[in-house]
Amino acid sequence: MKINDLFQETFAAVTANKVRSGLTMLGIVIGIGSVIAMVSIGQGAQNSVQSSIQSIGSNLILVTPGVQKGPGANISAGRGSATNLTQLDADAIKSTVTGIKAIAPEQSRRYQVTAKGTNTNTQVTGTTPDYLEVRNVQVDQGAFFATSQLQSLAKVAVIGPTTRDDLFGVDANPVGQTIRINNLEFKVIGMTVAKGGSGFSNADDAIYIPLQTAQRFLAGSDSVSTISVEAQDANSMADIQQQITDLLLQRHKISDPAAADFSVLNQADIVATASSVTGIFTMLLASIAGISLLVGGIGIMNMMLTTVTERTREIGLRKAIGAQKKDISLQFLAEAVVLTFLGGVLGVLLGWLISLAVSHFASIATKVSLGSVLLAFGVSAGIGIVFGYYPASRAAGLNPIEALRYE
Amino acid sequence: MIECNNLTKTYINGDDTTVVLKGISFKIETGEFVAIMGPSGSGKSTLMHILGALDTPTTGSYFLDGKDVSKLSDYELAEIRKEKIGFVFQAFNLLPRATVLRNVALPLVYAEVPKEKREVIAKEALVRAGMDESRFNHLSNQLSGGQMQRVAIARALVNNPSLILADEPTGNLDTKTGEIVLATFQSLSEQGSTIVLITHEPEVAKYAQRIIHIRDGLILKDERIR
Ligand SMILES: Nc1ncnc2c1ncn2[C@@H]1O[C@H](COP(=O)(O)OP(=O)(O)O)[C@@H](O)[C@H]1O
Ligand SMILES: [Mg+2]
Repeated sequence: MKINDLFQETFAAVTANKVRSGLTMLGIVIGIGSVIAMVSIGQGAQNSVQSSIQSIGSNLILVTPGVQKGPGANISAGRGSATNLTQLDADAIKSTVTGIKAIAPEQSRRYQVTAKGTNTNTQVTGTTPDYLEVRNVQVDQGAFFATSQLQSLAKVAVIGPTTRDDLFGVDANPVGQTIRINNLEFKVIGMTVAKGGSGFSNADDAIYIPLQTAQRFLAGSDSVSTISVEAQDANSMADIQQQITDLLLQRHKISDPAAADFSVLNQADIVATASSVTGIFTMLLASIAGISLLVGGIGIMNMMLTTVTERTREIGLRKAIGAQKKDISLQFLAEAVVLTFLGGVLGVLLGWLISLAVSHFASIATKVSLGSVLLAFGVSAGIGIVFGYYPASRAAGLNPIEALRYE
Repeated sequence: MIECNNLTKTYINGDDTTVVLKGISFKIETGEFVAIMGPSGSGKSTLMHILGALDTPTTGSYFLDGKDVSKLSDYELAEIRKEKIGFVFQAFNLLPRATVLRNVALPLVYAEVPKEKREVIAKEALVRAGMDESRFNHLSNQLSGGQMQRVAIARALVNNPSLILADEPTGNLDTKTGEIVLATFQSLSEQGSTIVLITHEPEVAKYAQRIIHIRDGLILKDERIR
């Protein structure tokens, strides 16, 4: 039997009972559609997490206090609450570690902030002018505070655009206005450029003040909550991480690195950790969707078995006029594969529509990758073969006379 | 062409065994036109299925063109059915949702005859079977019994088989169409095809050169009439 005859037979068989073919196909459509949609949502979430981590700076190393990594020390008091990292540590890193481009210690805490008649609760970050470089922050209006204003304990503030919106209203010029942080008066001298508030930390809802001012007037201690270090290039990251770890272990008089009272995180590590979490999330979604695909496949097998039974006499006749086993099994296999393949095409379409809808309504930038589409086609054709094989071989194995006698 | 030696066929359904053929031996030469007669249930169709390589005997041997068919594999049996045999079934066995032409052309699909030629060959076979041209594109389940029979005959002729086996081919035909079909068989046999047909009717059997009478799975009489 020639291949185009095979397709003609298959087409005739599939269209002979359109409703049944359609309903059977629906199982595959839903299965493939949900796999595509779930994977695209998962990948979208992964991308948005990654880009929001990357937006905080490049070649970044973060030193944070208080995360105990030793055995039996699973409970940490939470980042920022420990006070064992100080200004002096930051100075020591700056003066001894090589390969650093810029370093910015910070002390961040949330405070209630008020302006004329309005108030908000936001992150107040005491830091140095190097923060701009290290954390990729740019000034839109006015200026950032200068190094001289650190020493003079100036009560000046640079605010993020979201904070501006909250305190002064959209499009207002905040420069020159006065705000009160923890009941202390600060003069607004600048506003940062919007970074886009995607992800978990919104860099636009923030207030930056000189580090010493924050330590003296707000926190009352010279501890820092994070030291951000920017490496000169990506290759020196590991080396700098090691240098910082060695230096701080020595300064804090800790001999066992596993018992360190600080942690040195590489931006790449953060991305990797976040990616592995979103990866698991994607896998989970996809495997739930995969179950519906399996159910769809069983639906195909069920229909094919029914078809074979219904067409027993026809199979007998075909064998009687010279069809080989192979001709019969290919015919039924092709029928199953055509159903699953068509189902796969429609499923990809459905999945794509779902992911568009999710992008639109849930504002996760989903992305249907070519890889997942190809995989979906492969899987759906594979399902056709796997679940069509048994019915097809059953049809091919029929004895022609018995098949012709079948009522 | 055909040589049967002591063919038997026994059906076993659980504890129930039915001996249908009890030792049948005969020879048919190439180009012979043979009628098989016998009462209902005597095993005629069972014998035809063995002759048509659709079934294998329980014991005994069946040589077709010198090859022992009872020892062939499924694959080889299918090849023989495809290349050598045209079978007209008692129950027609047409594809119900297919047109007359598609039914007749079906054996050509498996014989891998090019598509362009199929229609021409199929139409020719239909004409030889006495089928009215206006019905070629009708669906087979919209035909009368006689018309279905003619389609079944045309399908058996379409491959130019060397052995044509017909199980009561004129049972549903009016006298005139029956005569057309039998004349076709006769001329095919003159051209060298071997024809074996089963019938109840002596008038039909008269067209043959030889009549084999079967009763209870045994040959009662084997007479040459021409
Ligand atoms: N698959 C089968 N199982 C059991 N008995 C069968 C089977 N096929 C045919 N028979 C029996 O064999 C006998 C002969 O049948 P058949 O060859 O069709 O007779 P005929 O064509 O001469 O009328 C019948 O009694 C029938 O019931
Ligand atoms: Mg019979």
